[in-house]
Amino acid sequence: MNLSFTAAEQAFREEVRAFVREKLPESTRRKVLQGREVTAGEMMGWQRILAEHGWGAPTWPKEHGGTGWDAVQEFIFDEETAAYGAPRLLPFGLRMVGPVIMQFGNDAQKKRFLPRIASAEDFWCQGYSEPGSGSDLASLKTRAERKGDHYLVNGQKTWITLAQYADWIFCLVRTDPAAQKQQGISFLLIDMKTKGITVRPIITMDGGHEVNEVWFEDVQVPIENRIGEENKGWTYAKFLLGHERTNIAGVGASKRELQRLKHIAAQQLKRGRPLTEDPAFAARIAQVEIDLMALEVTNLRVLAAESARRAPGPESSLLKIKGTEIQQALSELMMLAMGPLGLFFEREERPDLPAAAEGALSPTYCNFRKTSIYGGSNEIQKNILAQQLLKL
Amino acid sequence: MDFDFSEEQRQLGDAMQRFVAGEYSFEKRKAILAGPDGFSRDVWKQLGELGFLALLVPEEHGGMGAGPVEILLVMNAIGKGLLLEPYLPSAILATLLLRGDVSDAAPQSRSEADSPGELLSRMAAGEVIAVPAHTEFGARYDLRHVATKATKTPDGYALSGEKAVVLHAPAADFLVVSARTAGADTDERGISLFLVARDAPGLSMRLFRTMDGQRAADVKLENVPAKLIAENALPRIEAAFDFGIAALCAEAVGALQASLDATIDYTKTRQQFGQPIAKFQALQHRMADMFIQVEQARSMSFLAAMRCTDSDARERSRNLSAAKALVGQAARFVGQQSIQLHGGMGMTDELAISHHFRRLTAIELMLGDTEHHLERFAKGRA
Repeated sequence: MNLSFTAAEQAFREEVRAFVREKLPESTRRKVLQGREVTAGEMMGWQRILAEHGWGAPTWPKEHGGTGWDAVQEFIFDEETAAYGAPRLLPFGLRMVGPVIMQFGNDAQKKRFLPRIASAEDFWCQGYSEPGSGSDLASLKTRAERKGDHYLVNGQKTWITLAQYADWIFCLVRTDPAAQKQQGISFLLIDMKTKGITVRPIITMDGGHEVNEVWFEDVQVPIENRIGEENKGWTYAKFLLGHERTNIAGVGASKRELQRLKHIAAQQLKRGRPLTEDPAFAARIAQVEIDLMALEVTNLRVLAAESARRAPGPESSLLKIKGTEIQQALSELMMLAMGPLGLFFEREERPDLPAAAEGALSPTYCNFRKTSIYGGSNEIQKNILAQQLLKL
Repeated sequence: MDFDFSEEQRQLGDAMQRFVAGEYSFEKRKAILAGPDGFSRDVWKQLGELGFLALLVPEEHGGMGAGPVEILLVMNAIGKGLLLEPYLPSAILATLLLRGDVSDAAPQSRSEADSPGELLSRMAAGEVIAVPAHTEFGARYDLRHVATKATKTPDGYALSGEKAVVLHAPAADFLVVSARTAGADTDERGISLFLVARDAPGLSMRLFRTMDGQRAADVKLENVPAKLIAENALPRIEAAFDFGIAALCAEAVGALQASLDATIDYTKTRQQFGQPIAKFQALQHRMADMFIQVEQARSMSFLAAMRCTDSDARERSRNLSAAKALVGQAARFVGQQSIQLHGGMGMTDELAISHHFRRLTAIELMLGDTEHHLERFAKGRA
């Protein structure tokens, strides 16, 4: 047993650190470090910079244009880029549909889609949830009827993150309404420019436009855009959900936010002393820091087990639950550290306001309530742990 | 980055697990608990013969010179099987206090040449039990708080003072006692370590049981003859206790896993409303929460094992405090919830789960509780 990094891993860390320092645009970095909204263009721009260096798809094998890094290298990359203030790489192409195409797509699909994901040319979004189908995803109703060489898609998807920028959407659709819930579902790749698709914004309580409704009215999707077999889409969807969760611990970003919390608390005074010296507040910071230390080791344990074994198991539910609890605790403490100034609710930078220098703390607090809801709510993750891992 | 154990380590861990499974059934433990010492001399002797008491004794004194990973594996098994023998006080804490080279940070004292190697050899063989006597009334978990005084005599030293909650003092042959040769009650400097025979003149004890059924005593010292082991020993005490925290964390993980397993088994068997209660989502989510805490505690027990011999004392203490705080919280949550999910049966002395609960609670209170370590962590934070 050894929790240290090898010399080669340390050298890799230095390489990543030097790269991010040289190449990350300062304007993007500033937004990330202040917790402000990073645009889709800025996120994709960062991925393009990585792609020029051959790092466009950090989690992919080399044969598909990835880096071929192992789990520890991925972890180091995530930690170093997040620490310096790089935006997250959007998961929809890299972590979700990409691995599905690699595993279940045909050669033509691999050739057509994968390079454009790795190079950040195509912007993907995820069409899973529907108004009546959230945690009970398999009850989805969006219908795809086979008409010769294409499917005719009708229905409504919701909570589609960044659909307003997307070139493509991957969707779960019902191809056999007579079959049992999980059995009649197929996995389609749909060009967002296709006639009959309407994107409507959903404004969340932080004032942001991150998610959307997407409506499909007689949308024609070529048969060759179906992944794998008809009515086997649920299998591919489950595979995808496992991949989504391995990245969700977000240890690198939370370490950065922990430093930011300490910085903010050190600036704020309580009875003339820095808030970091207040025993009650210091204990709350200590608590979240300790939880994060444990999560980091747990994350590395899960990664080590996975690379030795197989695809992500139900342990990744643990990472999702703990990771999001910590993200929420950090955003909550940053808001609370400001005291009455926590009432400021300005999303854009406002140098004329004293609290603005610390970034969008209260909007982020509101926005981060999403983390325990998305990607399979934390209650669903507990169902998975209870049923699949504890066999209850 | 490697979470695997070496082949030798795995064999050692398996051997200890086998010993506990074979020699320490819950029924047998009950009889041991009711006996005069609250532990089994016979088991202690066997542990000595099998080499488990020699892990931390240097090879030149007949020991195995093993490290924290071996201790982690042994303590996992001890936690699972609820062993009552004084492994932590004697084979870990007193051994390390007598050794004094646990951490590079511990300075060599002038009496190092006087190192009680023979005593360590006999401890390794299971012939002699020595336990630390450090904590005093009013000190809580402040390791610097030592009011017991040592005064020079023609033959050595004489100790006067009082030590609180000395675990297994009644059965020990020797106590490793901290006392002041200089300084005020909470000074960092001036704390020395002494070896005292339990039957020495002037030593008296008030005996009691601890929450988990082990035997302990408050020890009164009135001009008790003592042999000096080390001067300015606070760094040595801190290093030994940090190592002890790592061991306690590993013991806790064994007990936590056993508690979770027992709770899962019980809820799958217990029928109410026509079905096993494990089918109810409220209980499923509770057990999922317990599982998460057990795994987080396991991660911290690994971190503790890896960091407890760190030569940077500040970094070491910071990591060990983080581990103890998190493991303490897991011990409380998983302990309480495993009783809750066992319902009325969980309240009974008859089931192992209530013994695991008591041991987990005891672990939280030993070597610094959660609040203490949260505070120490916050103060030591970079």
